[in-house]
Amino acid sequence: MAKGRVSIVVERCKACGFCVEFCPTHVLALSSAFNSKGYHPPHVVHPEKCSGCDLCGMYCPDFAICATKVTPTGGGDK
Amino acid sequence: MTESLNTDILNPVEPFLRSDRMPSIWCPGCGIGTTVNSFARALIESKIDLQSLALVSGIGCTGRVAGYVKLDSFHTTHGRAIPFATGLKLANPKLNVVVYSGDGDLSAIGGNHLIHAARRNIDLKVICVNNLIYAMTGGQTAPTTPDHSTTSTNPYGVFEPSFNLPHLVEAAGAVYVARWTTFHVRQLSRSISEAFQKKGFSFIEVISPCPTLYQRRNKMGDGLDAMKFYKEKSKVRNGAPTSEVGLTMTGEIVVGKFVDRDRPDYQTMMRAQYADTLGAKFVEQQEMVCG
Amino acid sequence: MKADLQRADAQKADHKPALQKADPRGVLTGVHFMDGDHACCEGALAAGSRFAAGYPITPSTEIVERFASRAPTVGGTFIQMEDELAASITLQGAVWGGAKAFTVTSGPGFSLMMEHIGYAAMTETPCVFVDVQRGGPSTGLPTLPAQADMMQARWGSHGDYEIIALCPNSPQECFDLTIKAFNLAEEFRVPVMFMMDEVVGHMTEKVVIPPADQIEVVPRRHTHKPVADYLPYGTNGDLVPEMAHAGDGYKFHVTGLTHDERGYPNMTPQVQNKLVRRLQDKILNAVDRITLVEEEQLDGADVVVVSYGITSRVAQRAIEVARQQGLRVGKLRLITAWPFPEKKIRELATHVKAFVVPELNLGQMVREVERAVAGQAKTFAVSHAGGGVHNPVDILKVIVEAAR
Repeated sequence: MAKGRVSIVVERCKACGFCVEFCPTHVLALSSAFNSKGYHPPHVVHPEKCSGCDLCGMYCPDFAICATKVTPTGGGDK
Repeated sequence: MTESLNTDILNPVEPFLRSDRMPSIWCPGCGIGTTVNSFARALIESKIDLQSLALVSGIGCTGRVAGYVKLDSFHTTHGRAIPFATGLKLANPKLNVVVYSGDGDLSAIGGNHLIHAARRNIDLKVICVNNLIYAMTGGQTAPTTPDHSTTSTNPYGVFEPSFNLPHLVEAAGAVYVARWTTFHVRQLSRSISEAFQKKGFSFIEVISPCPTLYQRRNKMGDGLDAMKFYKEKSKVRNGAPTSEVGLTMTGEIVVGKFVDRDRPDYQTMMRAQYADTLGAKFVEQQEMVCG
Repeated sequence: MKADLQRADAQKADHKPALQKADPRGVLTGVHFMDGDHACCEGALAAGSRFAAGYPITPSTEIVERFASRAPTVGGTFIQMEDELAASITLQGAVWGGAKAFTVTSGPGFSLMMEHIGYAAMTETPCVFVDVQRGGPSTGLPTLPAQADMMQARWGSHGDYEIIALCPNSPQECFDLTIKAFNLAEEFRVPVMFMMDEVVGHMTEKVVIPPADQIEVVPRRHTHKPVADYLPYGTNGDLVPEMAHAGDGYKFHVTGLTHDERGYPNMTPQVQNKLVRRLQDKILNAVDRITLVEEEQLDGADVVVVSYGITSRVAQRAIEVARQQGLRVGKLRLITAWPFPEKKIRELATHVKAFVVPELNLGQMVREVERAVAGQAKTFAVSHAGGGVHNPVDILKVIVEAAR
């Protein structure tokens, strides 16, 4: 059961790669999909490894991603 | 299983953003937005009253921060964020005034105002995003551009020595001086929080990538390469003498909290002086709100 | 804040600002013997200004020296900044923090302030810039008069914008018109240029400062709209937006970039057209309300002498002698020099022979006269390179020639 959950605002992403690189558990990778500006946003490849540390959110220069710890009821913490 | 496109999670930075203006104009891999995350978290951590927070910026890529944050924000003229912020603070001392601007804006055209505000110890929190170049206008040399870098106005390489900003502002009188890079997201946030606890002139330099100009012209890769470079080359030396923290193109980047001292801020000294010399005739400035 | 709301409610339906009585704490009621610089400072205090940022420059320095001395006794703040560039933007920060603010300078400092005069015009920051004119160009004649910054007051900053400029001709007017300057700044949310000159600034005369309840001041056009409805640069017919201050909870954005009604940068030709034309119309549509002139014997005049500032007092002598010689000479003194009272001149040009425009410069406001006259009458400049005032005989000579 993943301890954290990621949320991505695809249209804001500019595919800088910070989140992919600095996720401590390598949850993310750049996808082959692209947004309306032509950037490849990240997608979650190892959801089970997400701890909800939100380093991705702290690094993202475009406010396009964040993660949160998952509570036992399954919802996200705000 | 997590899903991209979940929007029920609220990004802690979101309440601070003018979401109607996203996505930002900053380039892919630019670090300015990253500093805003640290700034937002510092505001949350310090429980700053957002209503009495004002943010003042100058001109340049970092200057655009003012337009993206949902605060009373002022995008002023090139180099003059600090005097504008000084006027704001003096007219309404209850405001928490942050100056958020770039290295060229603050240390070149704004250099004079930088040193005088530090000398006076005006109660301002200055976040200087240093991308080592004049980015907005296309990559010209800044006083912080390291030796031998290539820029559009030094096409054969910079041959001027560059400013050591922490040293400069410490000498001028700042009470809090720190430097981090955009790799150090948590330490930066903590420094900003610490600055909010202090009265007086606080200066936090953040080294940040400019992939489009500085990185590209100097064959140093993109924003991510810069972040990895910062991770590799940074050395945390809290309390290091600021004379020793100058930057070079490929050398060590000394980061940390260098100066944390106390001395009375401008308004405290002003009130004390007037009270002392005028006695009963001194009328404390009331709320300026006119009309 | 609550007081703001009450006063704002009292605004008349035609959007003219409700007037207030001056705060007695800033009014030095009495009969004084003081020079123009000092009177200007008292005018600012009477108008409710509690903030000045300055930088010393002859012959203006006494204004801020007096303010530095008076401010802490009336709850005000003065800061001497490191240069005029800083002073000219520091005062604007203070305005957005809630104060009525001004700065004071002369030619070289005025030149340094130009960028920020443009910023004040663009961001619609109400404030007053006092220029005690001296000989120029460059360092020129620090202690001697000129009136050679008049065009600069109008056109000194880059881009299309309008300002209001006032020209006092006595220490009494330095007091009265400084209050007017602040009132116009607040009414129109525009930087106002207070164009003194070294003689008016340094001459000592009787200045009567009335009781505070006889002085009317225009309060800040503070919004009382709820946060969700407030548009920092939205207008409701009178072309002047309502203002908010930092710390009031409106979380607004101010920028010198071309912006829309939300205050957000919006750099397109359409938004530029809308914004810049409104900034222009805001002033030019109200030119009749703004214009202040002193008229004397214009009906039936053959020659009209157009002057302002100290020169108007010298010209008075020439006019009197000319009348004694049987000439029909009218006087038009510009109290507001900008926006230029074109209509008045144009109308006069249909029935006078000539205009005579003495100035302490090599021909500045005379160009505006010529433009408005549009060839319907003759225009004669009586120029003076500065450093002293005209000899009335020189003005008389030109009046006589103009009447021929």
